[in-house]
Amino acid sequence: MTETFVPPTRFAVPGRIAVSEQAASEWQTATLTGIRRETPRVTTFRLAVPGWPGHVPGQHLMVRLTAEDGYTAQRHYSIASAPDDSGQVELTLDHVEGGEVSGWFHTVARPGDRVEVRGPVSGFFAWPGDRPALLIGAGSGVVPLMSMIRHHRARNLTVPLRLVVSARSPEELVYARELGTETTPVFTRSAPEGVAVGRMAAAHVAPLLAEQPSGGWEAYVCGSNSFAEHASRLLVTAGQPVDRIRIERFG
Amino acid sequence: MHITRGFTGRPRVDDPGLPPGQYDAGDDWPVLSAEVTPELAPADWTFRVDGLVAEPRTWDWEEAHRLPASAYEGAIHCVTSWSKFGVRFAGVSLDAFLDAVRPHGSATHAVAYSHTGYTANLPLADLTGGRAWIAWEYDGRPLAPEHGGPARLLVPHLYFWKSAKWIAGLRILDHDEPGFWERNGYHGRGNPWEEQRYSGD
Ligand SMILES: Cc1cc2nc3c(=O)[nH]c(=O)nc-3n(C[C@H](O)[C@H](O)[C@H](O)COP(=O)(O)OP(=O)(O)OC[C@H]3O[C@@H](n4cnc5c(N)ncnc54)[C@H](O)[C@@H]3O)c2cc1C
Repeated sequence: MTETFVPPTRFAVPGRIAVSEQAASEWQTATLTGIRRETPRVTTFRLAVPGWPGHVPGQHLMVRLTAEDGYTAQRHYSIASAPDDSGQVELTLDHVEGGEVSGWFHTVARPGDRVEVRGPVSGFFAWPGDRPALLIGAGSGVVPLMSMIRHHRARNLTVPLRLVVSARSPEELVYARELGTETTPVFTRSAPEGVAVGRMAAAHVAPLLAEQPSGGWEAYVCGSNSFAEHASRLLVTAGQPVDRIRIERFG
Repeated sequence: MHITRGFTGRPRVDDPGLPPGQYDAGDDWPVLSAEVTPELAPADWTFRVDGLVAEPRTWDWEEAHRLPASAYEGAIHCVTSWSKFGVRFAGVSLDAFLDAVRPHGSATHAVAYSHTGYTANLPLADLTGGRAWIAWEYDGRPLAPEHGGPARLLVPHLYFWKSAKWIAGLRILDHDEPGFWERNGYHGRGNPWEEQRYSGD
């Protein structure tokens, strides 16, 4: 009995990207090299990680903070930057009200500070740039999707890539300056002149599903759980096969 | 270990029920699953146990509910750092299902799989002896779909990714075979008290 058991399934996709066991299990000390404000509540932190093994867009890492009495807190953070050879990675953090780790980053951290990281972990949500990708995100859920868009640009990839992103207002749209023609923004509270205000709806998703690229879309949904439930249901209703929807829920 | 300048963490409660690195999520119950929440009615739910067993068997909703009821009240722990105390699940002990199929003496592990195709591997010893359930009620109500309803596996002494939502079956094996997250870098067993989060921990 050595053959692999494959369950009867519609959600078939195993992790396509092998995770390095060593990278997933060893803590390394990273140095904060840059801090960049994105929106009033969201900031990007650049970290130099000696011996960073590289990542695939969509992967995340673990950050661990340690207090003087030995207490530790660890959290998952998606990698925002595209893979490159700089030995640095960027994380983009929402300032969560009362948050232990995001609170430290937003109110205490300054360049030169050191934190521990390990990873990258999880290959499930990763997109190496090999197939048409339909990205759907809200709030800080756009972080791993931005890594994909940056990768697409940096490598001049021609495989189709689209992003539908939801934000409360133009001021709260993370990476607003960087988003281009691949992006459809949806604003839920206030929008620029002439743009409708409202929740992401079938009308935003259906046209993209109607123009299927050859081989079809691989959908990547990322955000809070309630957003992920809503967006994945929109996709299924519009005809996207469930086994071609990957979801990253930030909890 | 490296001390983080200026990090104190939030005031700690010295709770012996809280495994290392976890915090009490209180009333929150975050949802973490990689797939689309399936629309699975109780009438369409089935649970199968096969592999290295004397009598492979599939139960439907009615048949499973005729097994002796069994409840769990206690804590659950998610690898993403939250724990939740005083949760109340009701369903049937996994022992009742395993007793019916009679695993072979060579059986050591199981792969739990969901109606969605999600998988998680577990040593058989973690599934027997009154430590695992098929649960369909939470806090006296039917288990919500986003939390694995109509029925999920419940193995509360391990990290919660082992407690496969929308449970469809167990394949009993004589070897360990990594499941979905275990192939993605997570630990093979996932004991929260030993912080077995990632492979190599
Ligand atoms: C795969 C993955 C990728 C992620 N990627 C990102 C990302 O790219 N960017 C990002 O911003 N986030 C991301 N997250 C979320 C991130 O991991 C953290 O959950 C988030 O930053 C909040 O952590 P925190 O320590 O700041 O807040 P926490 O301290 O965990 O608090 C969260 C909430 O719970 C409340 N709370 C918790 N414990 C207590 C307590 N004891 N007493 C009172 N209140 C309490 C807090 O007030 C707060 O509202 C990701 C999550 C996952 C699972």
